[in-house]
Amino acid sequence: MTRVFSPTRNRLRPRALAALLPLTAFLACGDGGGRTNTKPAKTIIQNKGSDTMVNVAQVWAEEYGKVAPDVEIEVSGGGSGVGIAALLKGAVDIANASRDLKPSEAEQAEKNTGKKPVGFNVGYDALAVYIHKDNPLSEITLEQLTALYAEGGKTTRWSELGVKIPGVTDDTIVRVSRQSSSGTYEFFREHALGNKDFRMGSRDLNGSKEVVELVGSTPTAIGYSGMGYATAAVKMVKVTSKPGSPAIAPTVAAVHDKTYPLARSLHLYTLGDPQGAVKGYIDWILSDAGQKVVEDSGYVPVPAADRAKP
Amino acid sequence: MSPEHATDPSSLPRPQRARWAVLGERAIEALIRLCGVSAIVFVAAIFFFVLREAAPILVRDEFSLTEFLFSTEWYPTSANNIRYGTLALTVGTLSVTALAMAIAVPFGLGAAIYISEFCSGRVRETLKVVIELLSAIPSVVWGFVGLTVMSKLIVQLTGAPVGVNILNGGIILALMSVPVIVSIGEDALKAVPDSYREAGLALGATRWQIVYRVLLPAARNGLLAAVLLGVGRAVGETMAVLMATGHAVHIPGGILDSVRTLTANIAAELGEAPAGSDHYRVLFLTGTLLFLITFLVNLTADFVVRGIRRK
Repeated sequence: MTRVFSPTRNRLRPRALAALLPLTAFLACGDGGGRTNTKPAKTIIQNKGSDTMVNVAQVWAEEYGKVAPDVEIEVSGGGSGVGIAALLKGAVDIANASRDLKPSEAEQAEKNTGKKPVGFNVGYDALAVYIHKDNPLSEITLEQLTALYAEGGKTTRWSELGVKIPGVTDDTIVRVSRQSSSGTYEFFREHALGNKDFRMGSRDLNGSKEVVELVGSTPTAIGYSGMGYATAAVKMVKVTSKPGSPAIAPTVAAVHDKTYPLARSLHLYTLGDPQGAVKGYIDWILSDAGQKVVEDSGYVPVPAADRAKP
Repeated sequence: MSPEHATDPSSLPRPQRARWAVLGERAIEALIRLCGVSAIVFVAAIFFFVLREAAPILVRDEFSLTEFLFSTEWYPTSANNIRYGTLALTVGTLSVTALAMAIAVPFGLGAAIYISEFCSGRVRETLKVVIELLSAIPSVVWGFVGLTVMSKLIVQLTGAPVGVNILNGGIILALMSVPVIVSIGEDALKAVPDSYREAGLALGATRWQIVYRVLLPAARNGLLAAVLLGVGRAVGETMAVLMATGHAVHIPGGILDSVRTLTANIAAELGEAPAGSDHYRVLFLTGTLLFLITFLVNLTADFVVRGIRRK
């Protein structure tokens, strides 16, 4: 259903919340190495950031609880910017971000805390362009996407793209988009539309899954969403970054060799090189077990050879 | 009684109420007065706080009130050209409300007339209970009905590409406003003295003639109030329209187009707008605009009612 009015989108796990209840947990404060409770050997790691990553971060935290029962990870969303802002103040141990840290943010962190932020690539997310399964279109260029979605674009009918959808008389394109606060919206605007604004009149839905559902039930619709959300009612279109270059389908391989134009890295950021429990946690995320969670959540894991490098 | 036994009432000491009783009564009177005045205080306070959150944007140089009111371009998070135009949202609100009223007013007033004048006993009691039940359904449930059941029906019956649109939102809002219109309208009709009806009958009028020649004119103010309360319900409704209208910012070309309403826009975006940012203040300004629209509706109603009275 819609996640509409959620000012903070806190997703605290009940167990993590219970561990936090004693006031001592609030008072105990160490940075970088996790927070130590007065109860012996119970470490709490604060983790905040990207809404795209909040689900996978949640599963990481749960799975890691089975591996290392003495560590509690407290996960909340809010957006990449929110997570990074918290990290710069030293309020969290790990920030999740579906974008790169800006140089200004790195400077700010050094000024505030004296430590350089360190990033880890923990997976990839690829945005797929979805159409109804009966739509014969097989590939689209970024230019066509811009003409279709961006302000000033002229494409309004499928026939203009040379497409005839069977059983449809009115072939006006139904543009499906995301609400303006979504990170997916911003990523699509930046990488597919070259930072041009969206044209007015698209259906702006509140969830990745809803986009795919609406496209699946509307033969004339087009939408964009994470590649993990595909269903039998929709198909993903191959995307061409510029005329002449080959059209690339959103596949794991295409994301790994960076040929798919609408892919992005998912990062974890810490202040300084991680130590103790935080290091253990990140190492585990980059292990096969942690990367399996990435794959199961519909994202693309980091290939084994690339994992060591931050 | 004989005069000897009569005592002169003025010679007796006047019965005095206990001091605490007098004070208690005054205290209760003050309390009740406070309750009455509190409505004004609350309305003024809410308006003040909403406006206070919005006010700083009004004095910003980049912000243009004309653009805010009359531009259809709503780009609060644009990377290169932020624009705050709410005309499309206002039109969205008005179009959904107008359609809802076009459906709800005939149905609501018809039902009110039927319940008050034409049916009796058990039917009336059943209808009243059922209509009250209708008003007890939470708006999110209505929205869910719109999103799942209605949208499929609309696609099947009208051939619209997308089932969440003005028609869907209008029908859902109509269903939500009908109970309000029925119960207030029925009260208004009930308030017409029976002597009017009896006079009509005595003149040989049929029941229908009594309804439209006697009762409707006599209950006009109350019925207008019923309709306007329905309008207020429709304009202010958020959750159901958020789910049923399709959330597209543009001037609609027909009732099968998707729109976004002022309320839905606030609900969808306020949670993500950083407190104190321009976007946040503009959303509060949208709230103020919504407040002014409902205020205008009520004020017009008041003038209309006064105009009728003067005749």
